[in-house]
Amino acid sequence: MKQRVFTVAANERLTDTVYRMTLHGDTSAITGPGQFVNIKLEGNYLRRPISVCDCTDDVLTLVYKVVGKGTAQMAAMNGGELDILTGLGNGYDTALSGDSPLLLGGGVGVPPLYMLAKQLIAQGKRVSVVLGFNTKNEVFYEEEFRALGADVTVTTVDGSYGVKGFVTDAMKEKTYSYFYTCGPEPMLKAVYRTSSTSGQFSFEERMGCGFGACMGCSCKTITGYKRICKDGPVLEKEEIKWDA
Amino acid sequence: MGRLNVDLCGLPLDNPIIPASGTFGYGYEFAELYDINVLGTFSFKGTTKDPRFGNPTPRIAECTAGMINAVGLQNPGVEKVISEELPKLSTCFNKKVMANVSGFSIDDYAYTCEKLDACDQVGWLEVNVSCPNVHGGGMSFGTSPEAAAEVTAAVKKVTTKPIIIKLSPNVTDIVSIAKACEAAGADGISLINTLLGMRIDLRTKKPIIANKMGGFSGSAIFPVAVRMVYQVAHAVNIPVVGMGGVTTAEDVIEMMIAGATAVEIGAANLIDPYICRDIINELPRVMDKYGISDLKSIIGGVQ
Repeated sequence: MKQRVFTVAANERLTDTVYRMTLHGDTSAITGPGQFVNIKLEGNYLRRPISVCDCTDDVLTLVYKVVGKGTAQMAAMNGGELDILTGLGNGYDTALSGDSPLLLGGGVGVPPLYMLAKQLIAQGKRVSVVLGFNTKNEVFYEEEFRALGADVTVTTVDGSYGVKGFVTDAMKEKTYSYFYTCGPEPMLKAVYRTSSTSGQFSFEERMGCGFGACMGCSCKTITGYKRICKDGPVLEKEEIKWDA
Repeated sequence: MGRLNVDLCGLPLDNPIIPASGTFGYGYEFAELYDINVLGTFSFKGTTKDPRFGNPTPRIAECTAGMINAVGLQNPGVEKVISEELPKLSTCFNKKVMANVSGFSIDDYAYTCEKLDACDQVGWLEVNVSCPNVHGGGMSFGTSPEAAAEVTAAVKKVTTKPIIIKLSPNVTDIVSIAKACEAAGADGISLINTLLGMRIDLRTKKPIIANKMGGFSGSAIFPVAVRMVYQVAHAVNIPVVGMGGVTTAEDVIEMMIAGATAVEIGAANLIDPYICRDIINELPRVMDKYGISDLKSIIGGVQ
């Protein structure tokens, strides 16, 4: 973890509620896909944890959904600086992917899969991606994943775009060596039940600090108590213990 | 020695800055960020006799100038703290640490305190009779002078190190509780723990915190803390450790003028992990500004 000041270089709207913020600064604490950053926003007591969509040496890309006061404030930013704790969480482990991994993202769970797909493709893996949304005008990042060279399937619940149904409907039609997923908990549970291989799940929880100090986001796993922010957000399928 | 050093219950502190229990883990997460030996000391995560997972999530809710937590004393239990956490801590912290203890019965408190009292790394025992997030324990011991005195006496009987009783602000008359602890043998008082609070989600009409209520902390509670530190410090003859919403070097000085011998910093660590180090660096400049040559000289100096 590092505390760094980033400059907002761009902030574009991708859908009605989803934005892409490009920031310049020191990204050296980010060691892999699936990690997150925690952003201090004027007038809000707690920082806002946002997953890393992509990063290079000095450019950090965050794709985020406006869900409350903090993210609305981010969406209104047009330049300026942000105090960010970077390189938080464990992230996805690409070593377990096999040669044909499947990536499944739901809604605002899609962004962290972008950097993951980029790395897996750079490692020579054949990457398939399923992106799930409620409806056509919520779809984002389909072209970005295609441009990386991934095989992309989009699902919409109402059938207004791509395959009608949930990501798990598309998952049933795929063959894959391993899977990675991020999305709302009901989707993660469905992926867990549908999956035929091992895989990794990225979880979300209300956090205090984001770096393992407060125990605000603890969960129970097969291998003991884990902090979503520090020991997660990514858990392996075999260690997950769903709430009753 | 230096301008910042103080004495807490007979043990020297290089400076009065102490990260508060529950916001600093067992220290080593922060040792990755800076040399935690710059601290006066720190109070480690509230430890109980048996391991505890704590409350269901969500455990955190944001508020204006603060936050609510209902962690519920998650900790690995005293045996593991001694066999695993303290050895890990010894690799990055060479000062005496403050051991924070909670319990669900008088015997629990005595058992855990006796175990930690025997650890060389422990300098002080901070006995939490004020956790608002557990049922049938914690705060229930800190809301009556008799119960608080009973815990104090039981712990004193089995320990040799200074006992600091951590009090709850969720009471009608905090002074009577502090006095009862002093009479039962407490070596110091620390206050305030969090204020019982609640937030509700407007869409679902459900409390944001799974446990419904939780402890409110953060800069919003600072004036309440200053008032209670002032009241208690002027009513007892043992040192008072002040805490509650402290965020700046100015806050530290204000808390000391109110009567605090040392100052704990809690929620602010979660937002700015470097804040304790930064406040220590900032203190001399702020002391100069107010013509303070030595921090010891301002304790309880409110006019």
